[in-house]
Amino acid sequence: MPKPSLKQTLKDLDTKKISIRELNQDYLKRIKEKENLNVFIHFSEENVLKQIDNLEKDNSAKKLKGIPIAIKDLFCTKNMPTTAASKILENFNPTYESFVTQKLLDEGSIFVGKTNLDEFAMGSATNTSFFGNTINPLSKDDEPLAPGGSSGGSAAAVAADLCLGATGTDTGGSIRQPASFCGVVGIKPTYGLCSRWGIAAFASSLDQAGIFSHNVEDASLLLQSIAGFDQRDSTSAKVDIPNYFENLDDDLNGKTVGIPKEYSIDGTPMEISQIWEDAIKVLEKKGVKIKNISLPHTKYALPTYYIIAPAEASSNLARYDGVKYGFRSDEIDSLDEMYENTRAQGFGREVKRRILIGTYVLSAGYYDAYYLKAQKVRKLIADDFNKAFKECDFIVTPTAPSAAFPLNEKQNDPIKMYLNDVFTVPASLAGLPGISIPFGEDKNNLPLGIQILGKHFDEQQVFNVAVSLERSYE
Amino acid sequence: MKIDKNTINKIARLSRIKLDDKESEDYINDLNSILDWVEQLNEVNTENVEPLSNISSSILPKREDVSKDANSSDEILENAPDKLEGFFAVPKVVE
Repeated sequence: MPKPSLKQTLKDLDTKKISIRELNQDYLKRIKEKENLNVFIHFSEENVLKQIDNLEKDNSAKKLKGIPIAIKDLFCTKNMPTTAASKILENFNPTYESFVTQKLLDEGSIFVGKTNLDEFAMGSATNTSFFGNTINPLSKDDEPLAPGGSSGGSAAAVAADLCLGATGTDTGGSIRQPASFCGVVGIKPTYGLCSRWGIAAFASSLDQAGIFSHNVEDASLLLQSIAGFDQRDSTSAKVDIPNYFENLDDDLNGKTVGIPKEYSIDGTPMEISQIWEDAIKVLEKKGVKIKNISLPHTKYALPTYYIIAPAEASSNLARYDGVKYGFRSDEIDSLDEMYENTRAQGFGREVKRRILIGTYVLSAGYYDAYYLKAQKVRKLIADDFNKAFKECDFIVTPTAPSAAFPLNEKQNDPIKMYLNDVFTVPASLAGLPGISIPFGEDKNNLPLGIQILGKHFDEQQVFNVAVSLERSYE
Repeated sequence: MKIDKNTINKIARLSRIKLDDKESEDYINDLNSILDWVEQLNEVNTENVEPLSNISSSILPKREDVSKDANSSDEILENAPDKLEGFFAVPKVVE
């Protein structure tokens, strides 16, 4: 079996080697076979068939016409419910379409379903979802593995070939870490490249939409489709979007890669240090200059993130009050009772924990000590990258500190769970684009990921390095 | 201990989330261990550092200040758990 490829499929559709209906029926069949993975929160065969019917009547040329795409269930979609994997939005049917999904629809893609995630994207294993765990498709029979998170459903959907691409969102690593766990490509672009309009908000100064795909070329095609300025998102950037795919260039001769010493962390498995070294060697052979750099505030990125993200979440999630949409508790003797019971029953444990911590760090008397302090350290972290990028064109690190871990591994200690994001959070705080590509395996043949970080809006460079490493690895 | 029973009740009240006793206990432990952990930020000298709230390096464009009448109240009310004559409906607040 040839590896699935969006680029190749577009050719096959173009030359009539396969029809839109045949292609999607193949995918529908596989989605039904793989139901046990619990990849989708919403899947309706009828809905997909209707989309096929509509596209067959449409004679216009469209860039992604007929391509099956999975959508993280954090994006509002008009023709499918949107839950954010929370009980509090269990019965929410958006009356509008998010910017990103509208772009994909305009290009003629077919939405196969809404994928599972950690509730409101808060988690690293897709195990805080109200709709149950997603199982990593790479699991062996005896031990189900976590797909990573929060966009675990989307990563798993690509890994199990239930779609030719998927959308995700990344706040502290929610695209890159699951991509690494599931052995697929995942890109989080620069903050502001894709509009956040219509995405259920978690931490607005960090949230960014991105793409999962089978390979780097496909990611470059899909990111092109969802990027762009949007007046309805006040932080949407008005920048020219290059044709990433056309411009792909794997010649890195003369470029400089930065290798941050602070990313060598005690306790990182040897295999992960090994693939990092392997990647550097490959780059060296391609004529890339190796530059050891320092990002001195790296160790403070996680605690900074776990103040800023919950603070913003506590504010963003205030809107779920049982009045405007979603779930409302039955115990409603007074208005306050209604709010308190609705939110107590509607939110899961991790979401409540983050709302509480966020409320605390924003409360009178603690704001300066926690929130303001974290914003200042965030500035230092961003400055570290700015300085580093004066000496190098891009930065290469591992994506995650482990391969996919067992689903039933106890994750009771929140801080231990937060450490999953140790390599991805700093770039999120700095708003930088980052991609994870599969690069090597651990001793159990589970995929490991390499992360490539670039300057703001330099997605092209990130793609070029990624495609170059990918081609050397294949 | 930064967070005690009183504090957790106060935060829960501010957050409009009802907690039972068992949950309060759990969250007191969780929050204290998280706060102890984030305290390491105090090692960092942030004197004269500007707090960073918007990371975007692009210039954020302004839009024209014009009003639009989307006339979408039906749409807005479509997902409301309870509505009455074009309004959201809530439990009685005035006796």
